[in-house]
Amino acid sequence: MLRYALMRVVSAIPTLFLVVLVAFLMVRAAPGGPFDTDRVLPAEIAANIERAYHLDEPLPWQFRRYLSGVLRGDFGPSFRYSDYSVAELVRDALPVSVRLGLLAIVVALVAGISAGLIAALRRNTMTDRIVSTIAMTGVSVPVIVIAPLLVLFFAVNLGWFPAGWSGSQGAARWIMPVIALALPQISFITRITRSSMIEVLESEFIRTARAQGLRTATIVRYHAMKPALLPLLSYLGPAIAGIVTGAIVVEQIFGIPGLGRLFVQGAQNRDFTLVLGLVILYATVIILLNLAVDLLYGVLDPRVRRS
Amino acid sequence: MSGRAAIRQFAAAARSNRLVAASLLTIVVIAIIAILGPLVSPHGHISTNLDGRLLAPSFSTWHLFGTDDLGRDLFVRTLAGTQVTLLVAVVASAVSLLIGVSYGAIAGFLGGAVDAVMMRIVDVLYALPYIFFVILLMVVFDRSLLLVFIAIGAVNWLDMARIVRGQTLSLKEREFVQAARLIGVSRFAIILRHITPNLFGTVIVYITLTIPQAILMESFLSFLGLGVQEPDASLGTLVNAGASHMEQASWMLLAPATLLALLLFCFNFLGDGLRDLADPRKQK
Repeated sequence: MLRYALMRVVSAIPTLFLVVLVAFLMVRAAPGGPFDTDRVLPAEIAANIERAYHLDEPLPWQFRRYLSGVLRGDFGPSFRYSDYSVAELVRDALPVSVRLGLLAIVVALVAGISAGLIAALRRNTMTDRIVSTIAMTGVSVPVIVIAPLLVLFFAVNLGWFPAGWSGSQGAARWIMPVIALALPQISFITRITRSSMIEVLESEFIRTARAQGLRTATIVRYHAMKPALLPLLSYLGPAIAGIVTGAIVVEQIFGIPGLGRLFVQGAQNRDFTLVLGLVILYATVIILLNLAVDLLYGVLDPRVRRS
Repeated sequence: MSGRAAIRQFAAAARSNRLVAASLLTIVVIAIIAILGPLVSPHGHISTNLDGRLLAPSFSTWHLFGTDDLGRDLFVRTLAGTQVTLLVAVVASAVSLLIGVSYGAIAGFLGGAVDAVMMRIVDVLYALPYIFFVILLMVVFDRSLLLVFIAIGAVNWLDMARIVRGQTLSLKEREFVQAARLIGVSRFAIILRHITPNLFGTVIVYITLTIPQAILMESFLSFLGLGVQEPDASLGTLVNAGASHMEQASWMLLAPATLLALLLFCFNFLGDGLRDLADPRKQK
Protein backbone atom coordinates (compact mmCIF):
# COMPACT_ATOMS: atom_id res chain seq x y z
CA MET A 1 0.00 0.00 0.00
CA LEU A 2 2.77 2.40 0.96
CA ARG A 3 4.55 1.77 -2.34
CA TYR A 4 1.35 2.38 -4.27
CA ALA A 5 0.73 5.62 -2.37
CA LEU A 6 4.30 6.82 -2.88
CA MET A 7 4.17 6.10 -6.60
CA ARG A 8 0.93 8.02 -7.01
CA VAL A 9 2.27 11.00 -5.05
CA VAL A 10 5.52 11.10 -7.01
CA SER A 11 3.69 10.88 -10.36
CA ALA A 12 1.70 14.03 -9.48
CA ILE A 13 4.86 16.13 -9.25
CA PRO A 14 5.71 16.32 -12.99
CA THR A 15 2.07 17.17 -13.71
CA LEU A 16 2.13 20.03 -11.21
CA PHE A 17 5.42 21.28 -12.64
CA LEU A 18 3.95 21.13 -16.14
CA VAL A 19 0.95 23.17 -14.98
CA VAL A 20 3.16 25.98 -13.67
CA LEU A 21 5.45 25.87 -16.72
CA VAL A 22 2.70 25.90 -19.36
CA ALA A 23 0.68 28.59 -17.57
CA PHE A 24 3.79 30.75 -17.11
CA LEU A 25 4.87 30.41 -20.75
CA MET A 26 1.37 31.16 -22.02
CA VAL A 27 1.25 34.43 -20.12
CA ARG A 28 4.76 35.34 -21.29
CA ALA A 29 3.73 34.59 -24.89
CA ALA A 30 1.01 37.26 -24.68
CA PRO A 31 1.31 39.82 -27.46
CA GLY A 32 2.40 43.07 -25.81
CA GLY A 33 3.81 43.33 -22.28
CA PRO A 34 1.62 43.44 -19.19
CA PHE A 35 2.47 47.13 -18.72
CA ASP A 36 1.50 48.25 -22.21
CA THR A 37 -0.98 51.08 -21.75
CA ASP A 38 -2.44 53.70 -24.02
CA ARG A 39 0.07 56.13 -22.55
CA VAL A 40 3.61 55.76 -23.92
CA LEU A 41 6.06 55.64 -21.01
CA PRO A 42 9.51 57.28 -21.21
CA ALA A 43 12.20 54.69 -21.92
CA GLU A 44 13.87 55.01 -18.48
CA ILE A 45 10.62 54.48 -16.60
CA ALA A 46 9.73 51.48 -18.75
CA ALA A 47 13.19 50.04 -18.06
CA ASN A 48 12.78 50.67 -14.32
CA ILE A 49 9.42 48.91 -14.26
CA GLU A 50 10.91 46.00 -16.17
CA ARG A 51 13.74 45.77 -13.68
CA ALA A 52 11.41 46.02 -10.69
CA TYR A 53 9.42 43.03 -11.97
CA HIS A 54 12.55 41.23 -13.22
CA LEU A 55 11.21 41.28 -16.77
CA ASP A 56 14.69 42.16 -18.07
CA GLU A 57 16.11 38.79 -17.00
CA PRO A 58 16.30 35.80 -19.35
CA LEU A 59 13.11 33.69 -19.44
CA PRO A 60 14.48 30.63 -17.58
CA TRP A 61 15.61 32.89 -14.72
CA GLN A 62 12.22 34.53 -14.56
CA PHE A 63 10.61 31.12 -14.43
CA ARG A 64 12.91 29.93 -11.66
CA ARG A 65 12.13 33.06 -9.67
CA TYR A 66 8.39 32.62 -10.20
CA LEU A 67 8.46 28.90 -9.36
CA SER A 68 10.35 29.42 -6.12
CA GLY A 69 7.86 32.16 -5.22
CA VAL A 70 4.91 29.84 -5.93
CA LEU A 71 6.45 27.16 -3.72
CA ARG A 72 6.52 29.68 -0.88
CA GLY A 73 2.93 30.75 -1.60
CA ASP A 74 4.01 34.05 -3.18
CA PHE A 75 2.32 34.69 -6.52
CA GLY A 76 3.61 38.24 -6.93
CA PRO A 77 1.66 41.49 -7.01
CA SER A 78 -1.65 41.85 -8.84
CA PHE A 79 -1.22 43.82 -12.06
CA ARG A 80 -4.54 45.63 -11.76
CA TYR A 81 -5.11 46.03 -8.03
CA SER A 82 -1.63 47.37 -7.52
CA ASP A 83 -1.90 47.67 -3.73
CA TYR A 84 -2.64 43.98 -3.30
CA SER A 85 -0.61 40.86 -3.86
CA VAL A 86 -2.29 37.92 -5.57
CA ALA A 87 -1.91 35.93 -2.35
CA GLU A 88 -3.82 38.60 -0.38
CA LEU A 89 -6.69 38.66 -2.88
CA VAL A 90 -6.86 34.86 -2.77
CA ARG A 91 -6.78 34.76 1.03
CA ASP A 92 -9.92 36.92 1.23
CA ALA A 93 -11.84 34.99 -1.41
CA LEU A 94 -10.79 31.41 -0.65
CA PRO A 95 -12.91 30.66 2.48
CA VAL A 96 -16.18 31.63 0.75
CA SER A 97 -15.47 29.38 -2.22
CA VAL A 98 -14.31 26.44 -0.11
CA ARG A 99 -17.49 26.66 1.96
CA LEU A 100 -19.69 26.89 -1.14
CA GLY A 101 -17.92 23.92 -2.75
CA LEU A 102 -18.05 21.72 0.36
CA LEU A 103 -21.74 22.45 0.96
CA ALA A 104 -22.49 21.62 -2.68
CA ILE A 105 -20.59 18.32 -2.66
CA VAL A 106 -22.25 17.23 0.61
CA VAL A 107 -25.72 18.13 -0.69
CA ALA A 108 -24.95 16.37 -4.00
CA LEU A 109 -23.79 13.19 -2.27
CA VAL A 110 -26.67 12.99 0.21
CA ALA A 111 -29.39 13.79 -2.33
CA GLY A 112 -27.82 11.79 -5.17
CA ILE A 113 -27.18 8.63 -3.15
CA SER A 114 -30.66 8.72 -1.59
CA ALA A 115 -32.40 9.21 -4.92
CA GLY A 116 -30.23 6.54 -6.59
CA LEU A 117 -30.92 3.99 -3.84
CA ILE A 118 -34.66 4.64 -3.90
CA ALA A 119 -34.71 4.24 -7.69
CA ALA A 120 -32.65 1.04 -7.56
CA LEU A 121 -34.73 -0.57 -4.80
CA ARG A 122 -37.99 0.29 -6.56
CA ARG A 123 -36.69 -0.63 -9.96
CA ASN A 124 -39.16 -0.37 -12.87
CA THR A 125 -41.83 1.29 -10.72
CA MET A 126 -43.26 4.74 -11.34
CA THR A 127 -40.91 6.19 -8.69
CA ASP A 128 -37.89 4.77 -10.49
CA ARG A 129 -39.07 6.14 -13.83
CA ILE A 130 -39.67 9.64 -12.43
CA VAL A 131 -36.29 9.74 -10.63
CA SER A 132 -34.44 8.38 -13.68
CA THR A 133 -36.07 10.83 -16.08
CA ILE A 134 -35.29 13.81 -13.84
CA ALA A 135 -31.69 12.63 -13.44
CA MET A 136 -31.30 12.12 -17.17
CA THR A 137 -32.54 15.65 -17.86
CA GLY A 138 -30.39 17.09 -15.07
CA VAL A 139 -27.23 15.62 -16.58
CA SER A 140 -27.79 17.63 -19.76
CA VAL A 141 -28.74 20.99 -18.26
CA PRO A 142 -25.60 23.03 -17.57
CA VAL A 143 -25.05 25.29 -14.57
CA ILE A 144 -25.22 28.40 -16.77
CA VAL A 145 -28.84 27.47 -17.57
CA ILE A 146 -29.95 26.05 -14.23
CA ALA A 147 -28.59 28.87 -12.02
CA PRO A 148 -30.33 31.82 -13.75
CA LEU A 149 -33.56 29.80 -14.03
CA LEU A 150 -33.51 29.09 -10.29
CA VAL A 151 -33.06 32.81 -9.62
CA LEU A 152 -35.88 33.65 -12.02
CA PHE A 153 -38.40 31.27 -10.45
CA PHE A 154 -37.53 31.24 -6.77
CA ALA A 155 -36.16 34.76 -6.27
CA VAL A 156 -37.76 36.98 -8.91
CA ASN A 157 -41.16 35.32 -9.35
CA LEU A 158 -41.82 33.66 -5.99
CA GLY A 159 -39.58 35.80 -3.79
CA TRP A 160 -38.69 32.87 -1.51
CA PHE A 161 -34.95 33.44 -1.51
CA PRO A 162 -32.74 36.48 -2.01
CA ALA A 163 -31.50 36.86 -5.61
CA GLY A 164 -28.14 38.36 -4.73
CA TRP A 165 -25.47 37.94 -2.12
CA SER A 166 -24.79 41.38 -0.71
CA GLY A 167 -28.39 42.35 0.12
CA SER A 168 -28.99 39.45 2.50
CA GLN A 169 -27.60 37.72 5.56
CA GLY A 170 -27.31 34.27 7.06
CA ALA A 171 -28.20 30.86 5.71
CA ALA A 172 -30.83 32.03 3.21
CA ARG A 173 -28.28 33.43 0.80
CA TRP A 174 -26.42 30.11 0.61
CA ILE A 175 -29.44 27.97 -0.32
CA MET A 176 -29.85 28.79 -4.01
CA PRO A 177 -26.15 28.93 -4.93
CA VAL A 178 -25.55 25.57 -3.25
CA ILE A 179 -28.56 23.98 -5.00
CA ALA A 180 -27.58 25.42 -8.39
CA LEU A 181 -24.06 24.06 -7.97
CA ALA A 182 -25.18 20.66 -6.66
CA LEU A 183 -28.01 19.91 -9.12
CA PRO A 184 -25.99 18.59 -12.10
CA GLN A 185 -23.86 16.51 -9.72
CA ILE A 186 -26.99 15.15 -7.99
CA SER A 187 -28.14 13.89 -11.38
CA PHE A 188 -24.82 12.17 -12.14
CA ILE A 189 -24.57 10.63 -8.66
CA THR A 190 -28.18 9.40 -8.83
CA ARG A 191 -27.53 7.64 -12.13
CA ILE A 192 -24.27 6.07 -10.96
CA THR A 193 -25.73 4.91 -7.64
CA ARG A 194 -28.82 3.47 -9.30
CA SER A 195 -27.03 1.43 -11.96
CA SER A 196 -24.31 0.29 -9.58
CA MET A 197 -26.78 -0.79 -6.88
CA ILE A 198 -28.86 -2.70 -9.46
CA GLU A 199 -25.73 -4.49 -10.66
CA VAL A 200 -24.70 -5.44 -7.12
CA LEU A 201 -28.20 -6.63 -6.21
CA GLU A 202 -28.07 -9.03 -9.17
CA SER A 203 -24.70 -10.49 -8.17
CA GLU A 204 -24.24 -13.97 -6.75
CA PHE A 205 -23.31 -13.11 -3.18
CA ILE A 206 -26.50 -11.12 -2.80
CA ARG A 207 -28.48 -14.08 -4.14
CA THR A 208 -26.76 -16.22 -1.50
CA ALA A 209 -27.68 -13.72 1.19
CA ARG A 210 -31.29 -13.81 -0.02
CA ALA A 211 -31.25 -17.60 -0.01
CA GLN A 212 -30.19 -17.47 3.63
CA GLY A 213 -33.43 -15.65 4.28
CA LEU A 214 -32.04 -12.23 5.18
CA ARG A 215 -34.40 -9.27 4.95
CA THR A 216 -33.87 -6.83 2.05
CA ALA A 217 -33.07 -3.99 4.45
CA THR A 218 -30.32 -6.07 6.09
CA ILE A 219 -28.89 -7.13 2.73
CA VAL A 220 -28.75 -3.57 1.44
CA ARG A 221 -27.34 -2.18 4.66
CA TYR A 222 -24.67 -4.79 5.40
CA HIS A 223 -23.84 -6.42 2.07
CA ALA A 224 -24.78 -4.32 -0.95
CA MET A 225 -24.03 -0.79 0.26
CA LYS A 226 -20.23 -0.82 0.21
CA PRO A 227 -19.63 -2.42 -3.21
CA ALA A 228 -22.48 -0.36 -4.69
CA LEU A 229 -21.03 2.95 -3.51
CA LEU A 230 -17.44 2.17 -4.56
CA PRO A 231 -17.89 3.39 -8.19
CA LEU A 232 -18.96 6.75 -6.75
CA LEU A 233 -15.47 7.25 -5.41
CA SER A 234 -14.00 7.32 -8.90
CA TYR A 235 -16.69 9.80 -9.91
CA LEU A 236 -15.60 12.13 -7.07
CA GLY A 237 -12.71 13.44 -9.21
CA PRO A 238 -14.94 14.63 -12.09
CA ALA A 239 -17.51 15.82 -9.52
CA ILE A 240 -14.94 18.03 -7.83
CA ALA A 241 -13.81 19.42 -11.19
CA GLY A 242 -17.45 20.07 -12.11
CA ILE A 243 -18.13 21.86 -8.85
CA VAL A 244 -14.97 23.98 -9.09
CA THR A 245 -15.79 25.15 -12.63
CA GLY A 246 -19.50 25.41 -11.82
CA ALA A 247 -18.67 27.64 -8.85
CA ILE A 248 -17.10 30.13 -11.27
CA VAL A 249 -20.51 30.52 -12.95
CA VAL A 250 -22.54 30.41 -9.73
CA GLU A 251 -20.40 33.03 -8.00
CA GLN A 252 -20.77 35.23 -11.07
CA ILE A 253 -24.57 34.91 -11.15
CA PHE A 254 -25.16 35.40 -7.43
CA GLY A 255 -22.38 37.96 -6.95
CA ILE A 256 -20.56 35.85 -4.35
CA PRO A 257 -17.13 37.32 -3.50
CA GLY A 258 -15.21 34.05 -3.97
CA LEU A 259 -12.31 32.79 -6.07
CA GLY A 260 -14.49 32.27 -9.15
CA ARG A 261 -15.59 35.88 -9.31
CA LEU A 262 -12.02 37.02 -8.68
CA PHE A 263 -10.92 34.77 -11.55
CA VAL A 264 -13.52 36.09 -13.99
CA GLN A 265 -12.82 39.70 -13.03
CA GLY A 266 -9.11 39.05 -13.46
CA ALA A 267 -9.74 37.42 -16.83
CA GLN A 268 -11.91 40.29 -18.06
CA ASN A 269 -9.42 42.93 -16.82
CA ARG A 270 -6.47 40.97 -18.23
CA ASP A 271 -4.87 40.89 -14.79
CA PHE A 272 -2.12 38.49 -15.89
CA THR A 273 -0.50 37.71 -12.54
CA LEU A 274 -3.87 37.18 -10.84
CA VAL A 275 -5.14 34.84 -13.56
CA LEU A 276 -1.81 32.99 -13.72
CA GLY A 277 -1.82 32.51 -9.95
CA LEU A 278 -5.44 31.36 -9.88
CA VAL A 279 -4.96 28.92 -12.79
CA ILE A 280 -2.05 27.36 -10.90
CA LEU A 281 -4.06 27.29 -7.67
CA TYR A 282 -7.15 25.74 -9.29
CA ALA A 283 -5.10 23.16 -11.19
CA THR A 284 -3.17 22.23 -8.05
CA VAL A 285 -6.34 21.83 -6.00
CA ILE A 286 -7.93 19.60 -8.64
CA ILE A 287 -4.80 17.49 -9.13
CA LEU A 288 -4.29 17.05 -5.37
CA LEU A 289 -7.95 16.18 -4.75
CA ASN A 290 -7.80 13.62 -7.57
CA LEU A 291 -4.70 12.20 -5.93
CA ALA A 292 -6.51 11.99 -2.59
CA VAL A 293 -9.42 10.18 -4.26
CA ASP A 294 -7.01 7.70 -5.88
CA LEU A 295 -5.32 7.00 -2.56
CA LEU A 296 -8.67 6.54 -0.84
CA TYR A 297 -9.64 4.11 -3.59
CA GLY A 298 -6.46 2.16 -2.91
CA VAL A 299 -7.36 2.00 0.79
CA LEU A 300 -10.94 0.86 0.20
CA ASP A 301 -10.45 -1.48 -2.76
CA PRO A 302 -7.56 -3.95 -2.41
CA ARG A 303 -7.81 -4.92 -6.09
CA VAL A 304 -6.55 -1.46 -7.13
CA ARG A 305 -3.28 -1.44 -5.23
CA ARG A 306 -2.38 -4.98 -6.28
CA SER A 307 -2.64 -4.24 -9.98
CA MET B 1 -33.11 -16.67 -23.09
CA SER B 2 -36.84 -16.89 -22.50
CA GLY B 3 -39.25 -15.59 -25.12
CA ARG B 4 -40.59 -12.84 -22.89
CA ALA B 5 -37.10 -11.54 -22.04
CA ALA B 6 -36.22 -11.49 -25.73
CA ILE B 7 -39.32 -9.47 -26.54
CA ARG B 8 -38.56 -7.05 -23.71
CA GLN B 9 -35.01 -6.55 -24.93
CA PHE B 10 -36.16 -6.00 -28.46
CA ALA B 11 -38.64 -3.40 -27.21
CA ALA B 12 -35.88 -1.68 -25.24
CA ALA B 13 -33.59 -1.56 -28.28
CA ALA B 14 -36.39 -0.19 -30.44
CA ARG B 15 -37.18 2.41 -27.80
CA SER B 16 -33.57 3.55 -27.60
CA ASN B 17 -33.45 3.67 -31.39
CA ARG B 18 -36.55 5.79 -31.44
CA LEU B 19 -35.03 8.21 -28.94
CA VAL B 20 -31.83 8.36 -30.96
CA ALA B 21 -33.86 9.06 -34.11
CA ALA B 22 -35.94 11.71 -32.32
CA SER B 23 -32.81 13.42 -30.98
CA LEU B 24 -31.20 13.48 -34.40
CA LEU B 25 -34.38 14.83 -35.97
CA THR B 26 -34.66 17.58 -33.33
CA ILE B 27 -31.05 18.63 -33.92
CA VAL B 28 -31.57 18.75 -37.68
CA VAL B 29 -34.80 20.75 -37.32
CA ILE B 30 -33.11 23.24 -34.94
CA ALA B 31 -30.18 23.61 -37.35
CA ILE B 32 -32.51 24.22 -40.33
CA ILE B 33 -34.56 26.80 -38.41
CA ALA B 34 -31.36 28.46 -37.20
CA ILE B 35 -30.19 28.84 -40.79
CA LEU B 36 -33.50 29.76 -42.45
CA GLY B 37 -35.16 31.76 -39.63
CA PRO B 38 -32.92 34.85 -39.86
CA LEU B 39 -33.48 34.92 -43.67
CA VAL B 40 -37.27 34.94 -43.27
CA SER B 41 -37.58 37.42 -40.39
CA PRO B 42 -37.83 41.14 -41.24
CA HIS B 43 -35.34 41.97 -38.45
CA GLY B 44 -31.53 41.79 -38.46
CA HIS B 45 -29.55 40.17 -35.65
CA ILE B 46 -27.38 43.19 -34.85
CA SER B 47 -29.65 46.07 -35.89
CA THR B 48 -30.63 48.05 -32.79
CA ASN B 49 -33.87 49.92 -32.26
CA LEU B 50 -33.76 52.13 -29.19
CA ASP B 51 -37.50 52.84 -29.37
CA GLY B 52 -38.31 49.15 -29.07
CA ARG B 53 -36.28 48.01 -26.08
CA LEU B 54 -37.29 45.00 -23.93
CA LEU B 55 -40.50 44.35 -25.87
CA ALA B 56 -42.38 41.21 -24.87
CA PRO B 57 -42.77 38.46 -27.48
CA SER B 58 -45.55 39.25 -29.96
CA PHE B 59 -46.75 38.10 -33.37
CA SER B 60 -47.94 41.48 -34.61
CA THR B 61 -44.46 43.07 -34.68
CA TRP B 62 -42.75 39.80 -35.70
CA HIS B 63 -40.65 39.94 -32.52
CA LEU B 64 -41.44 36.27 -31.81
CA PHE B 65 -39.09 36.06 -28.80
CA GLY B 66 -39.32 39.79 -27.89
CA THR B 67 -36.44 42.27 -28.01
CA ASP B 68 -33.38 42.83 -25.83
CA ASP B 69 -32.09 45.87 -23.94
CA LEU B 70 -30.88 47.47 -27.18
CA GLY B 71 -34.06 46.70 -29.09
CA ARG B 72 -32.53 43.89 -31.11
CA ASP B 73 -34.92 41.15 -32.20
CA LEU B 74 -34.34 38.11 -29.99
CA PHE B 75 -35.80 35.54 -32.37
CA VAL B 76 -33.20 36.33 -34.99
CA ARG B 77 -30.51 36.86 -32.38
CA THR B 78 -31.18 33.52 -30.69
CA LEU B 79 -31.07 31.74 -34.04
CA ALA B 80 -27.86 33.54 -35.05
CA GLY B 81 -26.46 32.51 -31.66
CA THR B 82 -27.52 28.93 -32.30
CA GLN B 83 -25.67 29.05 -35.62
CA VAL B 84 -22.50 30.21 -33.88
CA THR B 85 -22.87 27.61 -31.13
CA LEU B 86 -23.38 24.80 -33.65
CA LEU B 87 -20.52 26.09 -35.79
CA VAL B 88 -18.13 26.13 -32.83
CA ALA B 89 -19.25 22.63 -31.86
CA VAL B 90 -18.72 21.23 -35.36
CA VAL B 91 -15.42 22.98 -36.09
CA ALA B 92 -13.98 22.27 -32.63
CA SER B 93 -14.98 18.62 -32.96
CA ALA B 94 -13.37 18.49 -36.39
CA VAL B 95 -10.14 19.90 -34.92
CA SER B 96 -10.19 17.33 -32.12
CA LEU B 97 -11.01 14.64 -34.68
CA LEU B 98 -8.04 15.58 -36.83
CA ILE B 99 -5.56 15.63 -33.94
CA GLY B 100 -7.01 12.64 -32.08
CA VAL B 101 -7.30 10.31 -35.05
CA SER B 102 -3.84 11.01 -36.46
CA TYR B 103 -2.21 10.85 -33.01
CA GLY B 104 -3.99 7.65 -32.01
CA ALA B 105 -3.52 5.93 -35.38
CA ILE B 106 0.19 6.73 -35.47
CA ALA B 107 0.77 5.61 -31.87
CA GLY B 108 -1.22 2.41 -32.35
CA PHE B 109 0.30 1.50 -35.70
CA LEU B 110 3.94 2.20 -34.86
CA GLY B 111 3.65 0.56 -31.43
CA GLY B 112 6.64 -0.15 -29.23
CA ALA B 113 8.58 2.69 -27.63
CA VAL B 114 6.96 5.39 -29.79
CA ASP B 115 3.53 4.23 -28.68
CA ALA B 116 4.59 4.06 -25.03
CA VAL B 117 5.98 7.63 -25.06
CA MET B 118 3.01 9.04 -27.00
CA MET B 119 0.47 7.46 -24.66
CA ARG B 120 2.42 8.54 -21.59
CA ILE B 121 2.14 12.12 -22.87
CA VAL B 122 -1.62 11.64 -23.20
CA ASP B 123 -1.75 10.35 -19.61
CA VAL B 124 0.07 13.43 -18.30
CA LEU B 125 -2.11 15.80 -20.35
CA TYR B 126 -5.17 13.95 -19.09
CA ALA B 127 -4.45 15.04 -15.54
CA LEU B 128 -4.44 18.74 -16.47
CA PRO B 129 -7.65 20.62 -15.79
CA TYR B 130 -8.01 22.12 -19.26
CA ILE B 131 -10.79 24.54 -18.75
CA PHE B 132 -8.40 26.81 -16.86
CA PHE B 133 -5.85 26.71 -19.64
CA VAL B 134 -8.55 27.51 -22.17
CA ILE B 135 -9.54 30.51 -20.05
CA LEU B 136 -5.89 31.54 -19.80
CA LEU B 137 -5.61 31.30 -23.59
CA MET B 138 -8.65 33.55 -24.00
CA VAL B 139 -7.18 36.06 -21.54
CA VAL B 140 -3.72 36.17 -23.04
CA PHE B 141 -4.55 36.37 -26.74
CA ASP B 142 -7.05 38.52 -28.60
CA ARG B 143 -10.41 36.87 -28.32
CA SER B 144 -11.70 35.71 -31.66
CA LEU B 145 -13.94 32.98 -32.96
CA LEU B 146 -10.89 31.29 -34.50
CA LEU B 147 -9.22 31.09 -31.09
CA VAL B 148 -12.39 29.58 -29.59
CA PHE B 149 -12.38 26.89 -32.30
CA ILE B 150 -8.74 26.01 -31.76
CA ALA B 151 -8.79 26.21 -27.97
CA ILE B 152 -11.79 23.92 -27.58
CA GLY B 153 -10.67 21.54 -30.33
CA ALA B 154 -7.16 21.31 -28.96
CA VAL B 155 -8.31 20.09 -25.56
CA ASN B 156 -10.89 17.54 -26.63
CA TRP B 157 -8.71 15.10 -28.58
CA LEU B 158 -7.31 12.95 -25.76
CA ASP B 159 -10.21 10.51 -25.48
CA MET B 160 -10.32 10.24 -29.24
CA ALA B 161 -6.59 9.46 -29.38
CA ARG B 162 -6.97 6.67 -26.81
CA ILE B 163 -9.93 5.05 -28.51
CA VAL B 164 -8.42 5.29 -31.98
CA ARG B 165 -5.15 3.79 -30.72
CA GLY B 166 -6.98 0.82 -29.25
CA GLN B 167 -8.86 0.22 -32.50
CA THR B 168 -5.68 0.56 -34.55
CA LEU B 169 -3.89 -2.00 -32.38
CA SER B 170 -6.50 -4.60 -33.24
CA LEU B 171 -6.85 -3.51 -36.88
CA LYS B 172 -3.17 -3.82 -37.68
CA GLU B 173 -3.23 -7.55 -36.93
CA ARG B 174 -5.99 -8.10 -39.49
CA GLU B 175 -5.27 -9.93 -42.75
CA PHE B 176 -5.84 -7.03 -45.13
CA VAL B 177 -3.25 -4.91 -43.29
CA GLN B 178 -0.80 -7.81 -43.26
CA ALA B 179 -1.40 -8.24 -46.99
CA ALA B 180 -0.75 -4.56 -47.66
CA ARG B 181 2.52 -4.78 -45.74
CA LEU B 182 3.50 -7.88 -47.65
CA ILE B 183 3.20 -6.16 -51.02
CA GLY B 184 5.29 -3.26 -49.71
CA VAL B 185 2.82 -0.45 -49.09
CA SER B 186 4.52 2.23 -46.98
CA ARG B 187 3.56 2.58 -43.33
CA PHE B 188 1.91 5.97 -43.65
CA ALA B 189 -0.01 4.88 -46.73
CA ILE B 190 -1.33 1.95 -44.68
CA ILE B 191 -2.39 4.27 -41.87
CA LEU B 192 -4.02 6.66 -44.32
CA ARG B 193 -5.69 4.23 -46.73
CA HIS B 194 -6.32 1.08 -44.75
CA ILE B 195 -6.50 1.90 -41.06
CA THR B 196 -8.26 5.29 -40.98
CA PRO B 197 -11.29 4.33 -43.13
CA ASN B 198 -11.96 1.38 -40.82
CA LEU B 199 -11.99 3.67 -37.77
CA PHE B 200 -14.98 5.51 -39.20
CA GLY B 201 -17.70 3.81 -37.17
CA THR B 202 -16.00 4.26 -33.81
CA VAL B 203 -15.07 7.83 -34.61
CA ILE B 204 -18.62 8.78 -35.62
CA VAL B 205 -19.97 7.46 -32.34
CA TYR B 206 -17.31 9.28 -30.42
CA ILE B 207 -17.67 12.58 -32.23
CA THR B 208 -21.33 12.79 -31.19
CA LEU B 209 -20.10 12.57 -27.61
CA THR B 210 -17.52 15.36 -28.06
CA ILE B 211 -19.97 17.80 -29.68
CA PRO B 212 -21.99 18.42 -26.48
CA GLN B 213 -18.73 18.89 -24.57
CA ALA B 214 -17.63 21.51 -27.09
CA ILE B 215 -21.02 23.24 -26.83
CA LEU B 216 -20.76 23.21 -23.05
CA MET B 217 -17.27 24.68 -23.08
CA GLU B 218 -18.14 27.35 -25.63
CA SER B 219 -21.24 28.44 -23.73
CA PHE B 220 -19.27 28.48 -20.48
CA LEU B 221 -16.57 30.73 -22.00
CA SER B 222 -19.10 32.99 -23.72
CA PHE B 223 -21.18 33.23 -20.56
CA LEU B 224 -18.13 34.55 -18.72
CA GLY B 225 -17.53 37.09 -21.51
CA LEU B 226 -14.39 35.28 -22.68
CA GLY B 227 -15.70 33.58 -25.81
CA VAL B 228 -17.81 35.06 -28.59
CA GLN B 229 -17.76 38.86 -28.41
CA GLU B 230 -20.50 41.48 -28.93
CA PRO B 231 -22.23 42.31 -31.25
CA ASP B 232 -21.99 38.68 -32.32
CA ALA B 233 -23.87 36.24 -30.16
CA SER B 234 -23.79 32.62 -29.13
CA LEU B 235 -26.26 30.87 -26.85
CA GLY B 236 -23.82 31.41 -23.97
CA THR B 237 -23.63 35.20 -24.38
CA LEU B 238 -27.42 35.37 -24.80
CA VAL B 239 -28.03 33.42 -21.58
CA ASN B 240 -25.63 35.78 -19.84
CA ALA B 241 -27.42 38.87 -21.17
CA GLY B 242 -30.75 37.27 -20.26
CA ALA B 243 -29.58 36.56 -16.72
CA SER B 244 -28.75 40.22 -16.15
CA HIS B 245 -32.13 41.46 -17.44
CA MET B 246 -34.42 38.71 -16.19
CA GLU B 247 -36.23 40.89 -13.68
CA GLN B 248 -37.66 43.13 -16.42
CA ALA B 249 -37.61 40.71 -19.33
CA SER B 250 -37.70 37.01 -18.51
CA TRP B 251 -37.99 36.14 -22.22
CA MET B 252 -34.42 37.31 -22.73
CA LEU B 253 -33.31 34.39 -20.54
CA LEU B 254 -35.92 31.77 -21.35
CA ALA B 255 -35.49 31.52 -25.14
CA PRO B 256 -31.71 30.94 -25.32
CA ALA B 257 -31.61 28.90 -22.09
CA THR B 258 -34.29 26.50 -23.37
CA LEU B 259 -32.60 26.13 -26.73
CA LEU B 260 -29.18 25.49 -25.18
CA ALA B 261 -30.57 22.88 -22.79
CA LEU B 262 -32.53 21.22 -25.63
CA LEU B 263 -29.48 21.02 -27.88
CA LEU B 264 -27.30 19.54 -25.14
CA PHE B 265 -30.05 17.10 -24.23
CA CYS B 266 -30.41 15.87 -27.81
CA PHE B 267 -26.67 15.57 -28.41
CA ASN B 268 -26.15 13.68 -25.15
CA PHE B 269 -29.00 11.34 -26.03
CA LEU B 270 -27.72 10.80 -29.54
CA GLY B 271 -24.18 10.08 -28.35
CA ASP B 272 -25.21 7.74 -25.52
CA GLY B 273 -27.70 5.96 -27.75
CA LEU B 274 -25.21 5.41 -30.56
CA ARG B 275 -22.56 4.23 -28.12
CA ASP B 276 -24.93 1.73 -26.55
CA LEU B 277 -25.98 0.46 -29.98
CA ALA B 278 -22.34 0.05 -31.01
CA ASP B 279 -21.32 -1.62 -27.73
CA PRO B 280 -21.95 -5.36 -27.90
CA ARG B 281 -21.83 -5.66 -24.10
CA LYS B 282 -24.91 -3.45 -23.81
CA GLN B 283 -26.88 -5.75 -26.09
CA LYS B 284 -26.67 -8.92 -24.05
